[in-house]
Amino acid sequence: MATELKMPALSPTMEEGTLAKWLVKEGDDVKSGDILAEIETDKATMEFEAVDEGKIAKILVPEGTDGVKVGQPIALLAADGEAVSDAPAAPGKAEEPAAQAPQPAEQKEEATPTPHVFETAARDLVADVANTVDEPEVLEGTPLVSTTVREALRDAMAEEMRKDDRVFVMGEEVAQYQGAYKVTQGLLDEFGPRRVIDTPITEYGFAGLGSGAAMGGLRPIVEFMTFNFAMQAIDHIINSAAKTNYMSGGQMRCPIVFRGPNGAAARVGAQHSQNYGPWYASVPGLIVIAPYSASDAKGLLKAAIRSEDPVVFLENELLYGQHFDVPQMDDYVLPIGKARIVRPGKDVTIVSYSIGVGVALEAAQELMGQGINAEVIDLRTLRPLDKATVLESLKRTNRMIVVEEGWPTCSISSEIIAIAMTEGFDDLDAPVLRVTNVDVPLPYAANLEKLALIKASDVVEAAKAVCYR
Amino acid sequence: MARSAKTKAAASAAPQIPNRERPAEPKRYKATKDELLQFYREMLLIRRFEERAGQLYGLGLIGGFCHLYIGQEAVAVGLQSAMTVGKDSVITGYRDHGHMLAYGIDPKVIMAELTGRAAGISKGKGGSMHMFSVEHGFYGGHGIVGAQVSLGTGLALKHKYSEDGGVCLTYFGDGAVNQGQVYESFNMAQLWDLPVIYAIENNKYAMGTSIERSSSEPLLYKRGESFRIPGIQVDGMDVLAVRGAAEVALEWTRAGKGPIIIEFLTYRYRGHSMSDPAKYRSREEVQDYREHHDPIDRVSKELEAMGVKEEELKAIDKEIKDIVVEAAKFAEEAPEPDPGELHTDVLVETY
Repeated sequence: MATELKMPALSPTMEEGTLAKWLVKEGDDVKSGDILAEIETDKATMEFEAVDEGKIAKILVPEGTDGVKVGQPIALLAADGEAVSDAPAAPGKAEEPAAQAPQPAEQKEEATPTPHVFETAARDLVADVANTVDEPEVLEGTPLVSTTVREALRDAMAEEMRKDDRVFVMGEEVAQYQGAYKVTQGLLDEFGPRRVIDTPITEYGFAGLGSGAAMGGLRPIVEFMTFNFAMQAIDHIINSAAKTNYMSGGQMRCPIVFRGPNGAAARVGAQHSQNYGPWYASVPGLIVIAPYSASDAKGLLKAAIRSEDPVVFLENELLYGQHFDVPQMDDYVLPIGKARIVRPGKDVTIVSYSIGVGVALEAAQELMGQGINAEVIDLRTLRPLDKATVLESLKRTNRMIVVEEGWPTCSISSEIIAIAMTEGFDDLDAPVLRVTNVDVPLPYAANLEKLALIKASDVVEAAKAVCYR
Repeated sequence: MARSAKTKAAASAAPQIPNRERPAEPKRYKATKDELLQFYREMLLIRRFEERAGQLYGLGLIGGFCHLYIGQEAVAVGLQSAMTVGKDSVITGYRDHGHMLAYGIDPKVIMAELTGRAAGISKGKGGSMHMFSVEHGFYGGHGIVGAQVSLGTGLALKHKYSEDGGVCLTYFGDGAVNQGQVYESFNMAQLWDLPVIYAIENNKYAMGTSIERSSSEPLLYKRGESFRIPGIQVDGMDVLAVRGAAEVALEWTRAGKGPIIIEFLTYRYRGHSMSDPAKYRSREEVQDYREHHDPIDRVSKELEAMGVKEEELKAIDKEIKDIVVEAAKFAEEAPEPDPGELHTDVLVETY
């Protein structure tokens, strides 16, 4: 009669969690909506609510247990004995939520399938990233610390805020909520509400306020919960921030950083899944950065905050939780506008940026097994684009493909192909190919999403094609 | 049409109108037993549907974002019950499952959209936030906060333009009220006397930011004042108060008096989305709403007072449970979209 309560999947990326606290004990009666336990996911502490009604018969996993796998039974719920078996339609009182009560056999069956994390092609992208190693550019002997991209971004902001009182952060849920994606975690505690400012949901307004504050001499970091919402604010990013210096004949600057996650996440549908890299990279007056690794995220965000120019800093939600080595240095700042060869090779150049780098590196590993030694370039900055590094690599490999988690038309890959055509034509032994998302709004259904996003296997195929293999 | 409205405004622009017409004070709707039973059934359907959706999310069958409507059922049910399918239009944000259910859209095709299946109302291509039924005059399901306010105002423009007698019911939340486009839309709606009901579902938290922390004027029904749009505040946890307000708003808009704002004070029991830990409010606050202000409990008590037997309510509970179980089963078993669907519906025509 007892129903197993299983460790739930409480976030899209959760595989296991910590059972932080039980809020019920054995023998307690629970009904739908009661909070049974607090569970720490990879993102936050979540409350686990009862769906079924009954009595907690046994607690199988004590509180404080780490690494409880999603789907593992954590407690046994006994149905309310007689009342349940006699009256399967409803429990005692009419106003008590009744529908989820664990009752008839056929319903119990379906109430207890094993929880699992939902299907999404995003997981393959993350797996590609996790499979790769990033070696940051530092002097030998510098200690490296494994850091998530999320922490690296936070550290960059905190360090610059300590150094310069003009720097402040503004955006939705950046302060008290500790960041919608926890990137600003802890900043409010350290810097207080004067410098870590929660805004209403009013992107156009606060992008304009930030731009004005920058014109007036402050150094705002404006966080967009995602760049999808920045479309509400794009007028200020382009017409106000990007063009001011030029229009004023160099009198008035707008040193601001617009940052936030960009690109596809996990099954969030068409309106929340878009790569704006090509959009912003087409605008003179803007700096556009889209890092891959945690060390680049840190070093380039620090550089962005210090820049006298407006910077669009495109992060990636799927990368936030990924660990990379970050050099332990007092002031790790990287140059804007410099690409990086993340994997040297000689047979074909794979150019990418942001999460596409992980896919390219995964493909490079596979290609190595097939006798093709691929060089992988991370553009890191999309504007100004480091043509020299790309062309120099092309000169050595004579073959190139571009990998972009975004649409193909009028894209960064279009631009790279144009550069190869106009400035590297004599070095090309094959046409440049590109691997991009399919040219449709991103679908929600798991199978269609998988078809729409870039895959390492497609990169392998493209690389073989340009090598005529 | 816009011209005539302008002329009228210009003529009266010089001296301020001191006591312009206001809508009547709404009264609690006097529902018959059958009507109230129907409200009960619909609210319970939303509650059970959303609980099941939350469960399917935990099981990995629903992905991405999933915003549950639990606690706010009275608003959608009270308002939707007053609308005329085939004549009026409705539009809302991403917390949209309840509005569709209250409009009589088949729970099976809604749940199948949540699980991303071909049988879903958007063929599995939209997901929780992006569901539409033109047949019902339900225009979505929009993922960008505030966007539906301008779109809804445009739907109202259509009603006026084609003189079809319809009204657009535009839902948005206390988060969206601070978006600039809301006020640009208010201005045009009043300027052109558009038949639009702005239904503000004030559930007190825009994700994690409370109304007091986000809004300089937290009395949201007043937000239309400087545009001359009248506003009313209503208890959104009372389906009959909601329906009563809907009557007033429909009378106002159908009479060609332009837009109206109704602020519904409501509450969501769950987090903003499935991945929101909701640490910005106390457990006691949530519990207080559940125990003392629950819209479904309230109706069941009124029904009992009207002489409806407990067994009758239990029978409805059972009926609703079966509908939801069936919808979930359908949504789990329905096949995924055909891979060819990846490329369909991008454009209407071929070029």
